[in-house]
Amino acid sequence: MPTMETAGSFLPIIAALPFLGALLPGLMIQAGRNTCTAFTLAPTVLALLLLLISAPAVMRGEVLLFRLDWLPALGLNVTFMLDGLGLLFAGLILGIGVLIILYARFYLSREDPMGQFFTYLLLFQGAMVGIVLSDNVLLLLIFWELTSLSSFLLIGYWKHLPEGRQGARMALVVTGLGGLSMIAGMLILGNVVGSYDLSVILTQKEAIQASPMYLPALILILGGAFTKSAQFPFHFWLPHAMAAPTPVSAYLHSATMVKAGLFLMARMWPVLAGTPEWFYLVATTGLVTMVIAAKIALYKDDLKALLAFSTVSHLGLITMLLGFGTKMAAVAAVFHIINHATFKAALFMTAGIVDHAAHARDIKRLGGLRRLMPVTFAIATVGALSMAGIPLLNGFLSKEMMLEEAAHTVWAHSHWVVPVLATLGAVFSVAYSFRYIVHVFLGPERTDYPSKPHDPEFGMWAAPGFLVVLVVAIGVAPVLAEPLVKATAASVTGGGLPDFHLKIWHGVTPALYMSAVAVAGGALLLAFHAPLMRLWLATPRPEAKTMFDAVTRAATLAGRGFTDSLHDGALSRYAGIFTVTVLGAGVFAWTGGASLPATRAPLPVALLPAVGWVLLMVATFALVAFHRNRLMALVLMGIVGLIVSLGFIYLSAPDLALTQISVEVVTIVLMLLALNFLPHRTPAESGPAKRFRDAVVSIAGGVAVAGLTYAILLRDFAAESISAFHLDKSYKGGGGTNVVNVILVDFRGFDTFGEIIVLGIAALVIFALTDAVLRGPGGRWLTSWDPVGDEAGDRHPLMMVVATRVMMPIALMVGVYIFLRGHNDPGGGFIAGLIVAIAFLMQYMASGFAWAESRQRVTYHVTIGFGVLIASLTGIGAWFAGRPFLTSDYGYITIPPLEKFEWATAMAFDTGVFLTVVGAVMLALNSLSSMARRTGETVNIFPMDINPARSDDDDDGEGEGEGGR
Amino acid sequence: MTTTMAKAKAKGGGNLELLVASTIGVLTAAGIYLVLRLRTFPVIIGISLLTYAVNVFLFATGRLVVNLPPVLRDGVDTYTDPLPQALVLTAIVISFGMTAVVVMLALGAYLASRTDGVNLPAADADEEAGE
Repeated sequence: MPTMETAGSFLPIIAALPFLGALLPGLMIQAGRNTCTAFTLAPTVLALLLLLISAPAVMRGEVLLFRLDWLPALGLNVTFMLDGLGLLFAGLILGIGVLIILYARFYLSREDPMGQFFTYLLLFQGAMVGIVLSDNVLLLLIFWELTSLSSFLLIGYWKHLPEGRQGARMALVVTGLGGLSMIAGMLILGNVVGSYDLSVILTQKEAIQASPMYLPALILILGGAFTKSAQFPFHFWLPHAMAAPTPVSAYLHSATMVKAGLFLMARMWPVLAGTPEWFYLVATTGLVTMVIAAKIALYKDDLKALLAFSTVSHLGLITMLLGFGTKMAAVAAVFHIINHATFKAALFMTAGIVDHAAHARDIKRLGGLRRLMPVTFAIATVGALSMAGIPLLNGFLSKEMMLEEAAHTVWAHSHWVVPVLATLGAVFSVAYSFRYIVHVFLGPERTDYPSKPHDPEFGMWAAPGFLVVLVVAIGVAPVLAEPLVKATAASVTGGGLPDFHLKIWHGVTPALYMSAVAVAGGALLLAFHAPLMRLWLATPRPEAKTMFDAVTRAATLAGRGFTDSLHDGALSRYAGIFTVTVLGAGVFAWTGGASLPATRAPLPVALLPAVGWVLLMVATFALVAFHRNRLMALVLMGIVGLIVSLGFIYLSAPDLALTQISVEVVTIVLMLLALNFLPHRTPAESGPAKRFRDAVVSIAGGVAVAGLTYAILLRDFAAESISAFHLDKSYKGGGGTNVVNVILVDFRGFDTFGEIIVLGIAALVIFALTDAVLRGPGGRWLTSWDPVGDEAGDRHPLMMVVATRVMMPIALMVGVYIFLRGHNDPGGGFIAGLIVAIAFLMQYMASGFAWAESRQRVTYHVTIGFGVLIASLTGIGAWFAGRPFLTSDYGYITIPPLEKFEWATAMAFDTGVFLTVVGAVMLALNSLSSMARRTGETVNIFPMDINPARSDDDDDGEGEGEGGR
Repeated sequence: MTTTMAKAKAKGGGNLELLVASTIGVLTAAGIYLVLRLRTFPVIIGISLLTYAVNVFLFATGRLVVNLPPVLRDGVDTYTDPLPQALVLTAIVISFGMTAVVVMLALGAYLASRTDGVNLPAADADEEAGE
């Protein structure tokens, strides 16, 4: 296939323009409705222009391609393709889109939020263009689902109408489920072919049709196409979607979205069609849909419902043609897609105009409008006659071709089934088309219209007017449409088209007889419409909406019952189920595989670690035994943490030991602060049976984890570790000898970057949570909170204040020292941050949070922000050197009196880490302490309560503070 | 390296790996047991114990070594495995953040509802189901 690179590069722009443009209307509505419309038109027109620029190449038979690898490992790539079929559909979507936007400008009333409408409309347009331009089926599926979602927004646009909401939901459920089925089908197809690119799939007809998965894939894909194109028995959603504003009905439900299913069938035609399965599934569905929907349309009094069912019927007609599987039938299908889009969009717009002018769209309340609305009458008549298939209009041409194809189609050895049913469908079609003219516009003028009907302003009838000009033009000179039909049909059938010409007169053929029968029969049916209507109303019919509602209600109930039985609000039960499930998975894995022999000899145990181990065991068992006493539990947890830190030292991990011990301090302080407000004892609630059960589960878990660890520890790495690389490159590449720190700030700097952001977010969450609690009932309760037990008499003791003041500079210096040496010795930003936070914390504990906070100049939010900012800027700095984000550099500088210094950009990054850690820890503790202040805890004026150096006057001040309690 | 350790074993006896593995196992068991309790505070303590267990486990995947230098030096060619250490270092700090959030959630829930029960009371659960 020849490709053209430059023109192909337009394709992603065409697909992206509506999405980008969707941002504009919502903003531009402030500038007025005309500006808003102009800004909606701009991206559409631009996309249409780009499409037209690409058109000549496509008409010459070229296929334009654009390819951008996205996730090649998954077969998901951004690949766009423009061939004849894509060109036709993209042209319909964008061209009719322009007309619809113009029409909607005049259709929507001042009360309707127009910006929102146009934003949804452009989203939908983008999704549709995406479908028809996608070369990758996975990409196509994404756009497919996007059309379901955006059409949901459009159908439910009038949120105040229950019909709108219900119709939108029904459309979403039906087309969304169909989309899921199609995803499954496409995945099967992709698996069979080994590629998800349509350009590859479309060349694999033999492989696909020979595969045993052909039938399942076909059924699943047709599930998507039939639901989207409202084929029987999924046709019921389309009439309910008519609750949407008329521009939406005209755009989505006549010209574009419902044609997506047809597009898909046409797209897959070269590889799926031609088998008996395809013929019986597709042609039969189309035929049944065509006849049933045409019959229902005849008995609908609502103009839009009539048009909706007629649309379903015409979609059935096109589906049937595609189902025939012959090349001429595909040509007829393509031609009818064009013709139907022109006359049906025009008809929908006239229905909207009538509704707009007469405030009624019930045929029983209308009639005699021809003199009151002559322009609308003319447009509607041409459109409806074309729909009926009257010569010299485009509907006649394609309907004639359809009847011609139907006339020689054999269905299950029967030569008459298809022709007779197709003629019957045509009879109904003529009848409802005539009815649209006769019962609405002809007949006597009435006096009881809800509003005086009149022709609308030019802007409103310009779009349908333009469309009926096309209807007549193609109808009179079909040669105009021939190049487009040929180009499209060539890509539908995969080339090798028979030589054909679109013309009005084919001679006296069976099709002409069938057409004549249809017109005569249709006129006859209309003449007897009143008695037939009574008969129709008297016969019981299955009501799709009731059935749909019953099914969805049952599904909802079943879903809720299932969820509620699993999620009954008992979190401890979920935790138990989770543990048991993980254990089960572990047992399964353990029994399913073989284990390798142990390759490492165990290390000897010295006395010291043995003592540590005993202490840890005692502390843990005591913790479980005495956990009801919460303060004791905290103390025991501190012991466990300490011994874990010691263990890290012993096992040659000084960085971890430093981190663990400083985290231990802040964690315990935090929990103590929280415990202040929580009950101090845990009541005994579980009975012995439950405790025994939990003990069994937890011991099983412990044994499993211990066994796993032991097995790992006695075996060498299964694959070579990447640690050797880090050890090797640490000094040469990262300029540091402490490999752990170099990994953190250099090799895995991006991880660390993410982690400090998480830490910062956690601190902000805590702050926000505290704020929310204090504003709610919790805050009110705290205000009247009565502390349990005795309070310390001396809350800010002299000894502690003096000691922490002396310690402060030392602690800060240790922090700086740990920070600076971090790159080459144990230490670094994380540990330094924790140490400095502890240094501050000591001041806060000694003199109270409020006292310390009032002496603090920078808020912790700012500290966190600066930390993340510095880390980001360090990373971005690498860009200026032309390197990827966070690439580090280092070197040496000499400041004259001092020795040679090493510097590394990683140091700046580590500063960011440091600041974030300090800010996050302090913000978390600060938030907790703000609860204490809410309980009415006094804010002390002096750093300590009792100060022998202070004079009596000062002590009075302190006394007042106490009295304020 | 393996041979020196085999010698060391012959000399000293014992099994450090078993010690570490059992520590992790006991911490996990205690953690699970406490997580299955019905009040927030023991659940938080249980999560903290599980955090210790997980961190030590991750660290131990680098295999145990005693008295090896963690920092590059001239003339030394065996070091501890730095990779698990770096991962665990951030894990310790992050788990502090997580513990702090959970503590705050527990405290907020207690202050707002006056109960520190973990499970929804039966009445609330019914109400939710009835929606």
